Amino acid sequence: MSLATGQGGAVGPGAEGQPLLSLRGLSKNFGPVQALSDVDLDIPPGQITALVGDNGAGKSTLIKSIAGIWAPSAGQISWEGRPVSIRTPKEADHLGIATVYQDLALCDNLDIVQNIFLGHEALSHRLLDETRMELTAKKTLADLSVTTVSSVRQPVGSLSGGQRQSVAVARAVMRDARLVIMDEPTAALGVSQTGQVLELIRTLGQRGIAVIVISHNLNDVFSVADRLAVLYLGRMVSSGPIADYDPQRAVELITTGRVSGDQPTAPESGAVADGRV
Amino acid sequence: MVLPDSPAASGSDASSTDIPGMSAAETDGDMPVPVVAAPELSNSLGEYIRAWGKRIRSGESGVLPVLGGLILLVIFFQAKDSVFLSAGNVVNLLVQGSVFVMLGMAEIWVLVLGEIDLSVGYVAGIGGTVAAIMSTTHNLPWWVAVIIAMLTTAAIGAVWGTLVIRLRLPSFVVTLAGLLGMEGVLLYLVNANGTGGTIRITDNVLLDVTAGNLSPVAGWILMVATVAVFAAVTILRDRHRRVSGLVAPPLAVTLLKVGVMAAAGVALVLICNTDRGVLVPLRGVPYVVLVVLFFLAVWTFLLSRTRFGRYLYAIGNNAEAARRAGISLGWNRLWAFTLTGLTAGAAGIVYASRLGSISNNIDGGTLVLYAVASAVIGGASLFGGRGKMVYALLGGLVIATIYNGMGLIGLAASYQYMVTALVLLAAVTIDSLARRGRTSS
Repeated sequence: MSLATGQGGAVGPGAEGQPLLSLRGLSKNFGPVQALSDVDLDIPPGQITALVGDNGAGKSTLIKSIAGIWAPSAGQISWEGRPVSIRTPKEADHLGIATVYQDLALCDNLDIVQNIFLGHEALSHRLLDETRMELTAKKTLADLSVTTVSSVRQPVGSLSGGQRQSVAVARAVMRDARLVIMDEPTAALGVSQTGQVLELIRTLGQRGIAVIVISHNLNDVFSVADRLAVLYLGRMVSSGPIADYDPQRAVELITTGRVSGDQPTAPESGAVADGRV
Repeated sequence: MVLPDSPAASGSDASSTDIPGMSAAETDGDMPVPVVAAPELSNSLGEYIRAWGKRIRSGESGVLPVLGGLILLVIFFQAKDSVFLSAGNVVNLLVQGSVFVMLGMAEIWVLVLGEIDLSVGYVAGIGGTVAAIMSTTHNLPWWVAVIIAMLTTAAIGAVWGTLVIRLRLPSFVVTLAGLLGMEGVLLYLVNANGTGGTIRITDNVLLDVTAGNLSPVAGWILMVATVAVFAAVTILRDRHRRVSGLVAPPLAVTLLKVGVMAAAGVALVLICNTDRGVLVPLRGVPYVVLVVLFFLAVWTFLLSRTRFGRYLYAIGNNAEAARRAGISLGWNRLWAFTLTGLTAGAAGIVYASRLGSISNNIDGGTLVLYAVASAVIGGASLFGGRGKMVYALLGGLVIATIYNGMGLIGLAASYQYMVTALVLLAAVTIDSLARRGRTSS
């Protein structure tokens, strides 16, 4: 059983060259509580990285550090090899990092076009340029292969969960996002809606956009992800190409932070089960 | 946490939780989701009517209920007393209604945000008082008086907005304090003027806002121009959409809308241009109609064609989403409160013009209730995110019709209040039922 090597070099298939985003030694503590400790992670461009871990493992803290909601306590974030500091959501937006939160942050009373452009409306003569916005929105949805929406002028409140997810993703893509972070995109969706969203995630990857997707559903993870990253009690216990894992190993890593075969080398909780051991 | 051993176990688990605010039918992906197309989005007439019917059934009825209610009220009062649609009474109704409509438009700004302003009645009173003091006591030209009055009330609105935004106080309480405080300020200002509790309006222009009329010819020109501008703007916009490859409403629908508008305009001008004088001939559309249409047009434009208006709808529905989209919540809300104050000031000047004076016993409490009722009867939501200026126009006309019609058929004020209450309840009930229909569709 060969363990994932991912940590330092990111040598997964198709990940040759520089990672889009890389984290080194990232830590975050809230007072005495250590939410993240010494996390290393590389996100290659155009690949889908599934971030998994049990409740309280630090997944949300990690993505919020990348999205500029919280500044990390220690560690280094690099974007295309350049060290950057992401202190506000605006700075993340500026780099091309878009986050689609679980609640999607959509306005139900506004239509799809209005939601996609919210806060970034196209103007002509200082007035809203509805025609340009509608055309661009249609094109973006078509590029994402979203075909289930009959009219881009219907209020978002009338859409299904999967369609709402598509609108939120379209908004991210619209603003030239190069990394889209999705927090539990398939939670609360039915089977076919989940299928739509997974298809959407694949389309993003095909368009060269890197995706970090948090999911509790390992079927979704194994059907869509190129890479896996497992957090356990604030530590990155394993990361690497998805081919190096099978569901059973992933479950073990998530629940115990280690793989049973390696037990002798693993000390107490937060054990390291990655390439450095 | 879903950690299935076999792939088949996943979907059912994932669908067991529900997104708040969504019904199970919506989140379940197995059924095709019923999609309601906006009526603007159908190229052929039949398609358009079908889409429209669907939209009404799903609770997006727009102005239809209030428009229908208004027509029923007019028919009822006309049947009861044929004087109702006479020139004298229609003009009287328009002048009475203008105050309700203006106050309703003032209220729409904050209602769209999901806030409320209970002070608009007395703020309007302050507007009328300041205009009266400036023009009568200080002999300033009418336009200087109007500008000072409206700046004053806009500043008052800005103060409410600042308190709500900076101190995070509920607008209900801030403006309730405003209602009480402004009643005091009004009493103080009127009494300090030393004219026995009343300040007369002597400026002819200010009096003519409600007492003066357009010449019959000017009335026709204005009506034709208004309809023509509406038709041109609509048809050009639709053509621009079609040229750009987007769908637009069929021409027949646009022409129908223009036709209805033109018919209403012709009827209005015909009635107003009929001689209604008792001793000397008196005819023409009252100037106040112009004032109301001016505010209606400019405010509608601001709400529907600018970023500012779009942001108000966004904040009113989901402030957190608006904030994450980079929208400045404080700034936009401050402007909305300021515009409420400004519009209330204009309404107060119209009110003072109608009374010919401003006195210390203005009932600003009743005025604000009529203001909120106008907006809500028209179709605005008290929960934010929904409301148009035209709603205040229709709702204000409904209230004015009841007020005027009940007086005409000799029913006491007691009945007027009770009937207005019933209409308000009916409007909210229709809205609530429609909303329920929308979520369960």
